[in-house]
Amino acid sequence: MYENKVVNIIVGGIGGTGTIMCSNIIAYSAFLAGYDVRKSEIHGMSQRGGSVSSDVRFGKVVFSPMVPDGEGDFLLLLHPDELENNLYRLRESGVVIGPELLLGDEKDLSLLNEPKFAPVNQKNFNICLLGALSRYLDIPYKCWQESIFTNLPPKVHDLNKGVFEIGMELVKL
Amino acid sequence: MKKLMFGNEAIALAGIHTGITLGTGYPGTPSTEILEFFSELGGRAQWCPNEKVALELGIGVAYAGGNALVTMKHVGLNVASDPLFTVAYTGVEGALVIISADDPDMHSSQNEQDNRNYARSAGVMMLEPSDAQECYDFFIEAVKLSREWKLPVILRPTTRVCHSMSIVEFEDKKYEPVQPKEYIPDKPGRVMIPGYARPAHRRLREKLARIKQWNETSHLNKEIIKSDELGIITSGVSYLHVLEAEPNASILKIGMCYPFPSELVRNFVKKHKRCIIIEEGDPYLVENCRYYGIQVDEKPEMYRFGELNVNRVRRILSGDTSPEPPVKRGRPPRLCVGCPHRAVFTVLGKLNCIVAGDIGCYTLSVLPPFQSMDSCVCMGASIGVGLGLRHSLPPEEAKRVVSVIGDSTFIHSGLPGVVEMVYNPPPTGHVIIVLDNGTTAMTGMQEHPGTGKKLNHEPTNRVVIEDVAKAIGVENVVVVERVSQFEKELKEALENGKTNFLVVRRTCELLKRKQEKSKSEEKVEEKTNV
Repeated sequence: MYENKVVNIIVGGIGGTGTIMCSNIIAYSAFLAGYDVRKSEIHGMSQRGGSVSSDVRFGKVVFSPMVPDGEGDFLLLLHPDELENNLYRLRESGVVIGPELLLGDEKDLSLLNEPKFAPVNQKNFNICLLGALSRYLDIPYKCWQESIFTNLPPKVHDLNKGVFEIGMELVKL
Repeated sequence: MKKLMFGNEAIALAGIHTGITLGTGYPGTPSTEILEFFSELGGRAQWCPNEKVALELGIGVAYAGGNALVTMKHVGLNVASDPLFTVAYTGVEGALVIISADDPDMHSSQNEQDNRNYARSAGVMMLEPSDAQECYDFFIEAVKLSREWKLPVILRPTTRVCHSMSIVEFEDKKYEPVQPKEYIPDKPGRVMIPGYARPAHRRLREKLARIKQWNETSHLNKEIIKSDELGIITSGVSYLHVLEAEPNASILKIGMCYPFPSELVRNFVKKHKRCIIIEEGDPYLVENCRYYGIQVDEKPEMYRFGELNVNRVRRILSGDTSPEPPVKRGRPPRLCVGCPHRAVFTVLGKLNCIVAGDIGCYTLSVLPPFQSMDSCVCMGASIGVGLGLRHSLPPEEAKRVVSVIGDSTFIHSGLPGVVEMVYNPPPTGHVIIVLDNGTTAMTGMQEHPGTGKKLNHEPTNRVVIEDVAKAIGVENVVVVERVSQFEKELKEALENGKTNFLVVRRTCELLKRKQEKSKSEEKVEEKTNV
């Protein structure tokens, strides 16, 4: 499907909330699926609540580790406030995958802790969004699963598998 | 074997595969993870009080015939530059590879100095990797070159190389660290009195001339010929941006930038109608070309600042010097909720102090809502700068000056400042405040001599900061463990005209959470084991 095309994903979030982990999971899934992969991020000050974004690129051959401005295919938005900083990096046909898939117009992430979203909550909704993203990408489900299991501690494997699948259901293609 | 890894991880793995005897360094973004990965992979690694000491240890290891890995960020090489310039003269017996991780665009630094200039001025070989695979390959090459020429080598990755992931192919087998057997003395070679240093300098220059010859045809440099129209000369991560931005141009990628392979470049330039140099930072390759009389185009001055990327390379190639869209940086980092530094800076603001600051999380106190730091120059500078202000301002102003420094920074280069304060006390006295949060927080919770734990978190001797200050002879040494007590102690110190040293001790909030988390995980494990 993407034989001659590089897929550009930007993950935008706030330091300390799993932005880097999310991009690790995407990159490793693409690696397991046999693509050339490059990923880049700035995490010098990331633990101090600042904006963090990470670029993941995969395809047959990838050169620069950074997504050129205006060439992003997907923005995985982990915090509603980060839309503005990252939107200009998407191409016109680019897709934003963010908390609004669950919350609609509500911007308060703590609402994710309400029982109606269970087992999704504020801590694991990143994985849920990854499930949504996965629907757009030519990466087999088993690669996602192995990547999640490799990147997260065993005690949360079952929970996150379920949460990922809920995310997959959010996207109707 | 193939693995997806960070540049820093690839360097660590290459360290294992080249039998590094000892890895030393001081934490600094973007270099920090190298020694951490190296230690996790089973390598012997340790944090040193600062980069100078780290390099000196490396020199000792390499004099003994071992293989030394020394890591630091670009500004760390300033601290280590004293031994650097002279170890170039003495050379080494084993291998000495120094990692200088540069930070173009200052993602987490106070300047964006280009350390390729150090290679040229110290006369030290330098390799520039462009991605994780090259971090691995070039490190192995650096160890070989160092052993072969008996000289130190600098590997210079940048933030986008250290903190980018790509696929690395390597041979997975069992490797053992190099273990020297006995000391082989070389007094004229290693004791740099003038009589021995003069011939040593000549030896170095003679070797560098031979290395330059070798580099003219070295496999470390890569030539891709596409046509005789446009040729691009580049190095480091810029190479990857160039490949993407202009797939039809010929490319000469310089892997070993010092000694500069002038004839290789000259021949490449001859083959093309137009050649341009695309390099991040200073015009290092450009200046070398000028020195050797090679005609090349260069990027406009506006692209000296910050990092390059595909968009900027396209602009350079099309000669676009129109103003660039401003970089969106999003929300700035700030002091964490619950950070113990917060209360300190609130008090400093309230008492209208002039704050000579230092490098660490607490530098963020310059931003709202605190805005209570007045200077930040380099590691340890708070004390010297504070004393200079005290010595020169009129007494009423001088009395407001305090020096604020973190625990790890204090151990890095604060000690000589305390000696200076005791030796030449300002007429109004002085106040040093050490913010001791029990970790090197800014770079991601590394241990240091004041935590009493080694790089791998195992217990070792602890340097007690307040005891050091007492031993040096500071008049008033106070440890403040309750934040509510701080204002009173500070007021007294500002009034007493003595030399003062306040240690504000409270664990970093992030470290506390991390420790609690690992404790609860241990408990879970215990339960499951039962």
